[in-house]
Amino acid sequence: MSALSLIYAALFYAATALFVVGLALKIRRYAAIPAPLKIPTTPAPTTRGGVALRMLREVVFFESLFKSSKWTWAFGWLFHAALLLVVLRHLRYFQQPVWEPIVWVQPFGVYAGFAMVAGLAGLWARRCLVDRVRYISTPSDHLHLALLVAIGLSGLGMRFVAPTDIVALKAFMLGLMRLDIQPLPADPLLLLHLTLVAVLMIVFPISKLLHAPGLFFSPTRMQVDNPREARHVASWAAALDK
Amino acid sequence: MAAAKFETPALKPYPVIPLVAEGAMASTRPFVASPQIQGNLGFPGELAEGWEQRAIGKMGELLGRYRSLQVYMDACVHCGACSDKCHYFLGTGDPKNMPVARQDLMRKVYRRYFTFAGKHFPKLVGAVDLTREVLDEWYSYFHQCSECRRCSVFCPYGIDTAEVTMAAREIMDSVGLGQKYSNEIIGKVHRIGNNLGLPGPALENTLEGLEEDVKDDTGVAVRYPMDAKGAEVLLVTPSADFFAEPHVESLIGYGKVFHAAGISWTLSSMASEAGNFGMFIGNYEQLRKIALRIREAALELGVKRIVVGECGHAWRVAYSFWNTLVGIGAGGKDPFAIQLQSQLDGRYRQPMHICELTWDLIQRGALKFDKEKNDDRVITFHDSCNVARASRMGDMPGGQFLIPRQIIQAVANNFHDMAPGTIGEATFCCGGGGGLLTDDLLELRVKGALPRMEALQQVVDRHGVNFMATICAICKAQFTKVLPYYGFDMSMVGGVHQLVSKAIRLGDTH
Repeated sequence: MSALSLIYAALFYAATALFVVGLALKIRRYAAIPAPLKIPTTPAPTTRGGVALRMLREVVFFESLFKSSKWTWAFGWLFHAALLLVVLRHLRYFQQPVWEPIVWVQPFGVYAGFAMVAGLAGLWARRCLVDRVRYISTPSDHLHLALLVAIGLSGLGMRFVAPTDIVALKAFMLGLMRLDIQPLPADPLLLLHLTLVAVLMIVFPISKLLHAPGLFFSPTRMQVDNPREARHVASWAAALDK
Repeated sequence: MAAAKFETPALKPYPVIPLVAEGAMASTRPFVASPQIQGNLGFPGELAEGWEQRAIGKMGELLGRYRSLQVYMDACVHCGACSDKCHYFLGTGDPKNMPVARQDLMRKVYRRYFTFAGKHFPKLVGAVDLTREVLDEWYSYFHQCSECRRCSVFCPYGIDTAEVTMAAREIMDSVGLGQKYSNEIIGKVHRIGNNLGLPGPALENTLEGLEEDVKDDTGVAVRYPMDAKGAEVLLVTPSADFFAEPHVESLIGYGKVFHAAGISWTLSSMASEAGNFGMFIGNYEQLRKIALRIREAALELGVKRIVVGECGHAWRVAYSFWNTLVGIGAGGKDPFAIQLQSQLDGRYRQPMHICELTWDLIQRGALKFDKEKNDDRVITFHDSCNVARASRMGDMPGGQFLIPRQIIQAVANNFHDMAPGTIGEATFCCGGGGGLLTDDLLELRVKGALPRMEALQQVVDRHGVNFMATICAICKAQFTKVLPYYGFDMSMVGGVHQLVSKAIRLGDTH
């Protein structure tokens, strides 16, 4: 077994562990901290079902962002929708046989690769061109975009410019899942692509990428508007009533 | 003290997002609370050795107490959706008045002390130590936020800068850096019973005077009772209603509504204030302690219903927080809540907004109006931020927008709304909310009113609007002060029940 395969196997085990454990710890913390007061941004749904629907609109359509800025919404939604397709397309590297829906998604996933990079380019352009967004952008904001663009471009490069041995790659990935390390093709573009994806997984739980789980715990979006009908008291606040 | 000179922004025919003007409002800050004012609330009198560690300790405590704060510190992606939404940014161009930048003042400290990236790569993520300079910047810019929640409507994650501002003020109070205006007022509530420091006998005097005025005016003996045990309704209203113009016109209106509907009611000298500045400073214990006065008054007077007068953040506290804080509401299963909830009449919403009460009566045909009495007015309605985005009226989401407008249209003939992006959930704050209604922040208040003034100018030009109705004591006081800066008459602002008062039929004169 080559050193390269071992290094990348170790990298992916570590990245996966950090991603899963880091995210789980964050989610556990969000869930454990009480929201002592009712603070839904109103008008808000008055039932749990209504809240589920509000959340669904936020997650699927980015409803609030649509109200706020059409350009940011267009680029942001394009990027996220494309990313979803690209991730679905990549599931084929982890399955044998490949699920039927994942087979269907393959051709769309290719175009989504371009859409994803286009969306990112639009978002990045805002950071440079709009003075307000330029003012709030930190080095880490630019690096996040650079990371995602580089992942997208290296992936597209392998699809259209310098193909790698995807059969061997799939064997490597399936092997990882069985703790049976297989040889990894040594193409530079592939190694770059995989390294960047591992970096993305590692930074996820310690960066602004936490906006993904954060949305589901945002009291202004997930609370039901029923303060007059039901008494809502956090544990630490209930102690004051005694 | 002579206020520094500043220029009132020019009203433009259509809204323009200003270019970033760094440092434009850096020197704006309210007066600091004296050690005595701080002491009255149990806060340290001034910054003392080791305040940095105590502030970070407090931040850690709040992060574990409020899910909102913890999630909002982590979730922001700097997308800029909120960057052109704050009236203070639109009015001043100071980039630290963009909600995201205001939050970042705290976020950069949070990152430094509570996150892996900030501890090890501070430059990369913009993390900084909590120094005196940073604290001063907090003091400046967390007192340039009116906690109006407009940003939270537009944020894709619902990040509410008000939550961050409240936490920042709470942290500053806990290390001895408090704001004079808010903390002095909270002291007055505890000492005297209301924000304006009006003692009981003065209130009774005022109410007697009102009864005489109304009698002279209408020939009808409308009562304005104080501490009447056994009354059906306890009305809790902002203390400005007792004497400030135009506020008192609405108080007169509430009394006429109760009179015409034959509902017995009372004010309370103990609970002579609906406002709750505990919210402005983000202090749960103060918020609760101030709300407890209402509970005590209700229990003592034996009332069946609790109704709240025209006041924005007071209605937020009443509607959203009272049930949590002191059990005014329904659904409580603990002895503390049950004690009060078994006394209150479950057939009515508890607490109820005066607009809900009036609208219910109108729908039942219990009130009659001579609408033409308001014909000299062309009316528009300013949605107060805390009513719009932090509360509700009626049974339907959005009832807080419909009900006041329906009342206006039931008592007057000429009504025109302002532009869609400036009302409803997207309404602009008056510029004086959240503990900023003080003359040491006059420049901020005038500039922060710009977006509302532009929207008003538009309906003045198009429809000849000459009256802006609103249901908030702070909005009324702020506009009375600020309208003249933009060339409007200060008497253009008034309450919804001021209009009700003018048109209502009181029945036979006695």
